[in-house]
Amino acid sequence: MDLKLADYKSDLAPDWCPGCGDYGILSALQSALYKLEIEPSRAVLVSGIGCSAKTVHYASTYGIHTLHGRGLPVAQGVKLANPELTVVAMAGDGDGMGIGAGHFVGIGRRNIDMLYLVFNNEVYGMTKGQASPTLELGAQPKSLARPNIQSKVNPLMLAFASGFTFIARGYAYDVKNLTRLMQQGIEHKGLAMIDILQPCPTYNNLHTREWFAPRVYDVNAEGYDPQVPREMGDSERAERMARFTLKATEWGERIPTGVFWQAELPSFEERLGEFLPGYPETAPATREPGGEAGRAAALMRGHRVA
Amino acid sequence: MEDFTWRVGGPQGGGIETAATLFAQALARGGWWVSARREYHSNIMGRHSYLDVRAARRPTRAFYERVDLLAALDAETLARHLGEVKPGGVLIYDPDAARLPLSKLAMLDGAAYKRISAALGGGDPPLEKAVERYQEVGVRLVPLALEPLAREVGEAVGADAITAKKTLNTVAVAASLALLGYPLEFLDAALTAQFAAKPGVAELNRKVAAEVYRRVEPLADAGLEPVGPAGERIYLNGSHASAMGKVAAGLGFMSYYPITPATDEPFYLEAHPESGVVVVQVEDELAAVNMAIGASMAGARAALTTSGPGFALMTEALGFAGITETPLVVSLYQRGGPSTGLPTRTEQGDLRFALGAGHGDYPRAVLASASVADNFYDAALAMNISQRFQLPVIHLTDKYLASTTRVVEPFDAGAIEPDPGVVAADTEGVFPRFSLDAEGGVSPRIPVGTPGAGYWITSDEHDEIGHITEDPELREAMMEKRATKLEALKEWLGPQEMYRVYNPEAGTLVLGWGSTEGVALEAIEGLDLGYLQVRFLLPFPDIEEIIAGKRLVVLEYNQSGQFANLLAQETGRKPDHLIVKYNGRPMTIEEVREALAAVLAGEAPEYLVLRGGV
Repeated sequence: MDLKLADYKSDLAPDWCPGCGDYGILSALQSALYKLEIEPSRAVLVSGIGCSAKTVHYASTYGIHTLHGRGLPVAQGVKLANPELTVVAMAGDGDGMGIGAGHFVGIGRRNIDMLYLVFNNEVYGMTKGQASPTLELGAQPKSLARPNIQSKVNPLMLAFASGFTFIARGYAYDVKNLTRLMQQGIEHKGLAMIDILQPCPTYNNLHTREWFAPRVYDVNAEGYDPQVPREMGDSERAERMARFTLKATEWGERIPTGVFWQAELPSFEERLGEFLPGYPETAPATREPGGEAGRAAALMRGHRVA
Repeated sequence: MEDFTWRVGGPQGGGIETAATLFAQALARGGWWVSARREYHSNIMGRHSYLDVRAARRPTRAFYERVDLLAALDAETLARHLGEVKPGGVLIYDPDAARLPLSKLAMLDGAAYKRISAALGGGDPPLEKAVERYQEVGVRLVPLALEPLAREVGEAVGADAITAKKTLNTVAVAASLALLGYPLEFLDAALTAQFAAKPGVAELNRKVAAEVYRRVEPLADAGLEPVGPAGERIYLNGSHASAMGKVAAGLGFMSYYPITPATDEPFYLEAHPESGVVVVQVEDELAAVNMAIGASMAGARAALTTSGPGFALMTEALGFAGITETPLVVSLYQRGGPSTGLPTRTEQGDLRFALGAGHGDYPRAVLASASVADNFYDAALAMNISQRFQLPVIHLTDKYLASTTRVVEPFDAGAIEPDPGVVAADTEGVFPRFSLDAEGGVSPRIPVGTPGAGYWITSDEHDEIGHITEDPELREAMMEKRATKLEALKEWLGPQEMYRVYNPEAGTLVLGWGSTEGVALEAIEGLDLGYLQVRFLLPFPDIEEIIAGKRLVVLEYNQSGQFANLLAQETGRKPDHLIVKYNGRPMTIEEVREALAAVLAGEAPEYLVLRGGV
């Protein structure tokens, strides 16, 4: 099948504010799927609630727009039921780092083969600009009644602590590099997360396009190597971890983007397959119907009295 | 003997469960219809726990309050089960332990201490007083120090002291069966099976059992015989049955967060990969329910198990399954609420909650199982309903059924056909997943990921292809389409699935739901009473004709009479008597029979609380 980029677009016009970073993210995602030649019907996009969550409606793949904070579990259910599908979950910073933060830690421990995008604009847009968990302490965008009195969480560091095996940061207005990061994230064998910095032109008057433009740079272009192969020794790995921490916490005058960490670890699907015969080649959603009574009877045999 | 009950009590974690399994298996192998119920604290080790094993020549449905033989493995059991051995029954106890004063029982909580102290005449009585009380009502005393016996017997068969101590449960079972005069060969076989993975341990325990049989004299009226071959029968609890029923109906995915008493089911499936089920332990119940929904959207048959606190966390997602018309089954193992409540005790306190869980209006089905066998067939039925009607199904069961183990004939798994649901044939391009051209409210479905097609799913109100809408007419059409399902479901089920009625000619009809059926049916034997088991709570069956002109008695396990209120709502009939129990202990045949006899005699109040149980 000859696929065109237009094949990844739905007929629905986005209703985001003019200048919203979401446009760039949607565009990068469609381009990444197109470049990887993933047939739209074999990809499933899963979102939570909020501005970011509408993204799934604007792509012609399957799209699931779930509950606030619950995109990740739904996405995992889809992937584990049918591991042949390409699954991309996405959430805003409030959705992903606030109400859904428990799932962020939970999925990190599993290394399920999928991509997770965090739309990070530091505010809750849909509810008129409240402070999100990624807004720094003391900051006061115009929508806040008082300066933020809570500290911010760093998605890269949380991803690292939780066990994500691919950790990256992108910038919504750098669609070219963001596309490349998404391609790498989808191709990564295991769990990938991209923290995507994006201005909110309506509510975040602090971190605007003008503020970001001179600050963001490509860390990989400066020679930072994120690869942590399986055979890497403990001391070298520790050195990589220290370097990761330095880059992941760099903020202010210079803001790094790119791939920060890429490690090799068996996926959850492979680990599950060690215990469940035939998985992931045959999975609950891909196996042929039949044999149910036989499986129940096999369980019953274990309970025979004599 | 036709029908007898053996009770074993002791500290949690001390292996009394193994003892009960051995006793039950030994009798089941001799053709007895055996059932066992388990009562325990929310504790890992040390607090009081007991099991009743009832054996009869015919299948039974419930348990008695008073037992024929009590094997007290510790002093606390002596104190806690006062008055619960029948006259003429037997008490096996350690005479040394009986010398302890009540205050020395470290695990006896204050409320129980006060009650037992008062029953024994006040103060800090020695437990010998309790032994006297058993004797006064005609219980036969068998002073048998089981721990020293285990040591002696262990030594006699060549085991070291620590190993010998571990055989205490075998010693208790062997002593009980020897007293009853039951042939050793059945216990021997049960031990071989119990320790199949450890032949050395099996060998030692078999020697110990034989030695105990040599030392313990049968009772004067002993002579418990096997009653026939066990045939194909199986021995399992309500959690196993519920798991098997789901597997028979095609279960492929189950996510769970640990909670008593619901986790035994996924834990069991996890241990049995031959079930073919992907079981995932997750970070919380929010993840569990949403992951199952995702799996179901992708085409897996997905189900969950949980209990009250976990179900409370799942409610937002139930509405998500409702509006997205996603098949989902939740087996809700009710336990004592509210909040953490009584985590290891039974109740039917979640009926109203199940009927209304989640915000907004959406159709769901709610059915309740009455027995271990029901847990199998109802779990399968729930799966099929969820597939066919694309809605969440809440399968109500409870702690009592989860931890009641029963000998039954094998379930007819072959009779269960996994319902394929209404599947669309032509699926090229954008697919109207929520088509308004939907017979019985059910739009033809294809799973997410079906090649060549595409659609969207949203928790917002949506159009036919799954995009968000706030259009007033479309909203009405979608609400009406979904609501249609309940009528269609009711028709599909038919009355035979929705209720069971026994002895409908009687002038007084007892009504119950869930696990009250078993005890009610045993309690009404020989009384001029009928019984109506309401299996479906939503949609509610048409029972007006059955109850017309009858005096009505509702029997249920909650304080407010949740079912009685539902009955009034659905039929306009308020029951004449409401008999409830909410102390967390299962209803016994004696107390239900006594309450119903009072109803028949015109001596029962409108609201009656059953207070039995330890």
